[in-house]
Amino acid sequence: MNKRKIMDQLFEQKVVILFVILCVLTIIASKQPLTFVANELFTRIARNSFLVLALIIPVLAGMGLNFGIVIGAMAAQIAVFLTTHWGFVGIGGFLLTALLATPMAVFFGFLVGKLFNKAKGSEMICGLVLGYFADGLYQLLFLFIFGGVIPINNPKLMIATGVGVKNTIDLKDTIKYSLDTVPMLTIVEIGFYIVVAAIVLSALIKLIQKQPVNWKKSLISLVVAGAVYAVTFIPAVESFLAADRLLLLWAVELWIAIVLVWQIAKFLWLKVIRKEDVNVKRTLAICVAAVLVYAITYIPAVYEILIYVRLPVMTYLCIAGLCLFNTVLMRTRLGQNMRTVGQSRVVANAAGINVDRTRITAMIFSTVLASWGQLIFLQNVGTFSTYGAHTQVGQFAIAALLVGGASVQKATNKQAILGVVLFHTLFIVAPLAGKELFGNAMIGEYFRVFVSYGVIALALAMHAWKKVAKVGPSTEFAPASAGALGGGSSASAASGGTAG
Amino acid sequence: MNNRKASDKGGMTLERSYVLKMDNISKEYSGNRVLKGVSLQVRPGEIHALMGENGAGKSTLMNILFGMPVIHSTGGFEGTIEVDGQPVKIDTPVKAMELGIGMVHQEFMLIPGFTVTENIKIGRELSHPNLVSRLVGKSMEILDRAAMKKDAQAALDTIGLKLSPSQKVGGLPVGYMQFVEIAREIDKTGIKLLVFDEPTAVLTESEAARLLETMKVIASRGIAIIFITHRLDEVMEVADSLTVLRDGEFVARREIAETSVVEIAELMIGRKVEKLVEDQGEDTRVLSDDNIAVSLRNYVVHMPGELVKGVDLDIRKGEIFGIGGLAGQGKLGIPNGIMGLYTASGEVRVNGELLDLSRLGEALHHKVAFVSEDRRGVGLLLDESIEKNIVFSAMQVNNDFFHKYGWIRLHNGSATRRHAEEMVKKLDIRCTGIRQMAGRLSGGNQQKVCLARALTLNPEILFVSEPTRGIDIGAKKLVLEYLVKLNREQGMTVIVVSSELAELRSVCDRIAIVSDGRLASILKPDDSDADFGLAMSGGLKQGGGQRAG
Repeated sequence: MNKRKIMDQLFEQKVVILFVILCVLTIIASKQPLTFVANELFTRIARNSFLVLALIIPVLAGMGLNFGIVIGAMAAQIAVFLTTHWGFVGIGGFLLTALLATPMAVFFGFLVGKLFNKAKGSEMICGLVLGYFADGLYQLLFLFIFGGVIPINNPKLMIATGVGVKNTIDLKDTIKYSLDTVPMLTIVEIGFYIVVAAIVLSALIKLIQKQPVNWKKSLISLVVAGAVYAVTFIPAVESFLAADRLLLLWAVELWIAIVLVWQIAKFLWLKVIRKEDVNVKRTLAICVAAVLVYAITYIPAVYEILIYVRLPVMTYLCIAGLCLFNTVLMRTRLGQNMRTVGQSRVVANAAGINVDRTRITAMIFSTVLASWGQLIFLQNVGTFSTYGAHTQVGQFAIAALLVGGASVQKATNKQAILGVVLFHTLFIVAPLAGKELFGNAMIGEYFRVFVSYGVIALALAMHAWKKVAKVGPSTEFAPASAGALGGGSSASAASGGTAG
Repeated sequence: MNNRKASDKGGMTLERSYVLKMDNISKEYSGNRVLKGVSLQVRPGEIHALMGENGAGKSTLMNILFGMPVIHSTGGFEGTIEVDGQPVKIDTPVKAMELGIGMVHQEFMLIPGFTVTENIKIGRELSHPNLVSRLVGKSMEILDRAAMKKDAQAALDTIGLKLSPSQKVGGLPVGYMQFVEIAREIDKTGIKLLVFDEPTAVLTESEAARLLETMKVIASRGIAIIFITHRLDEVMEVADSLTVLRDGEFVARREIAETSVVEIAELMIGRKVEKLVEDQGEDTRVLSDDNIAVSLRNYVVHMPGELVKGVDLDIRKGEIFGIGGLAGQGKLGIPNGIMGLYTASGEVRVNGELLDLSRLGEALHHKVAFVSEDRRGVGLLLDESIEKNIVFSAMQVNNDFFHKYGWIRLHNGSATRRHAEEMVKKLDIRCTGIRQMAGRLSGGNQQKVCLARALTLNPEILFVSEPTRGIDIGAKKLVLEYLVKLNREQGMTVIVVSSELAELRSVCDRIAIVSDGRLASILKPDDSDADFGLAMSGGLKQGGGQRAG
């Protein structure tokens, strides 16, 4: 029985296992040092995770994998073009771009949501085609309207005739690395101000609404925030925080310390002060695991990687923030409604939930997050291919999510991050492996494209297969799974078009 | 209260004591009157049974009570509804909910992936406010899972269900799901009236017994219950009063104490048997128990919603045999299983030869034809012409309508056309021509096309499922008359499966009533209404199976 259970678990994770094996084999074949792979990988995690995480909300709301994030990416790119033209630079320019992209993404998300409500059950194929359609409008905007209708006098951005935007826009002097290079000190400072503002605002609103205010709690929070801020004025801490990148080794050590402190504090709080039952075994297991991870850092090969890779702190904080946002959202009333709608529209409707509205909200969230994700991507890459940067955003993000073990109906933060790691490892090493094995980097390149579309088709087919097997020979659900499969095969069919 | 007393219009002095009063309700769906002046009164804390055959108008009445969109998008209804003596306008399900009217659905409105708590609190979650929710709105409040769990536990305790509120609903037995659904309605504050829509249909006997107990408990707390069911024994056991509907009309309201099973059965069925078919001259058929056309032994069909759970039946050669019963009891499963459309097991013999039920088309090759109840789904190729529809089965099964050139077979257009035109004339199919698309025809004419296709196969045995569903009275008569003619002139064995008892009683030689997937009884068309009513409501189950043959 137990053995059967393990087999079932392994079968559940078949996609992940397949890709882990593939990754290991290609890394070996590519003959690249691990430090190089790790460094590249952490760069790509910072670049792409946000986009992949933006896919989770629509999956939970039952709208499948949102190929419509391409449209969010377009909103970001329009904003990037405008701020570049106006000459805003640095983190200020980045924030302004985000601010500009957001209302556009909200509007686009609303429209996409409206459309998807008319095409319930075939959102994926609808989103895929919508992406191509939107690309046409995007090209019209950048090739003709900018310069042709709206006069833009900027020889650096526009092609010689003055109508149409150049093929690539260099962001080196504007927003390149603007988010990655925010010093930790600034982050702490901003965090402090946000906490103070939140406490004050919360108290004010409560006063206006004539609700009791917990002054003691507010005061304690303020003092704690102040104390943390004060610590940054200690010279040693200050010099440590002045950097904008964090050595991976220190990040790991910091993480272990936080886990240990948190577990022990929680244990003490529950056991000693609240006198509740605590799962001692679990606490102990987590602590032991943390110590083990610390021990692993002493293995020379691992140590080498850890002192080689430097993480852009702010970007990683944004990704962590989005993970937290996804988790917290699902605990709200809105999140619960989204999950209900995702599980059954009929039941949701009968329970008085406005299904269409909930779906549109999910779409707006996803589109806005995708636009921010694309901004993070662009500021890290540093060059903006005007007509190409968005085209494969949807496919790559969805492929990554599926590689992580997510399905059309279920996706978690963990699956998203794992998917990014596996998919991009393959992305980094596949061309190199191709070069090593066949003496031709192009074969690896082909393999990379093949993988990204193949995995979408494979994962969708596996999903449909599982669904058919579960439902049995009853005809009732067959059209739905056929639809999912149709989405998959059309995605792979489209691959022929774009890859060629 | 005073002005109410002053207006003695209608003379209803008991008005105040009803929690729900629906008066003179009429409803029309595109010219078709499905409710004609129906009234329903329910007192607080009573269990009121709402009875009637399929199509009597029970679900339409409940849809009106819940303000379902299907009512209001088709022109609303006539009549008045009062809750606690106050006239109300219910135009959305939310409004019904606010008035304290709840429903325990027949098909569960539960989400398998959610816990019991989440399902009980669906759409009505408890939550704490926070900074963001104060700025943006209530939808950003964080759920208070502990409080939700406490409420769910209280609701479960009320109905006496021992179940952990944090369990997922997906793995629960069907009977428990029903109770979770009830717990959800109980948990709603201010619930006054609960509608149970055939709640025992999916339950085992012991679960059903528990459900009835629970209903009594709920009623004793002052919540009124409308209990929709076909099962007379259940009504006699728990209900205080009942209303019977028939063909959209109000038949009677009775107190249970003053009535009997036989009277209720008569009220449900009781209608003059309209002569749908003229007598076709003398009956020269010889029917014999030795000459069996179809014989079923231990026959089981897994047709969802129409399960057949073991039927033994012999149908004589040359007779018109009726299979009746209420919807969902399994009568439709019998022909569908024989034709191989749903998985079936057991022994099926056609003219003495055993059928291999696992092979699709096996029945067709034994000269058995079938006119499906699902005309638009299974019966017709909607986007193809009438002539193609008429001949395609025969082309497939009998290789008719082909020119044969060696091993090549080509479609014989002229033979097809001749045959189709003949059929159109014979069955009086009203169409613009044999090339018209089948999907464009009216229901009655579509049914005739289905019949024409079945006849093109030259069958010896013809199964006709719900031959008159959704077609007008003129077409109905023609179809039935044609079936009788086929039987009398060609000696074809015809098996009619129908929910309309009147039509079975007007054409059939014998009628089998199916109840709960089993044969309840085989009756003569002129047996009493009470016998039919009892058989359909499962009251005549004992020994019924043995009488087959």
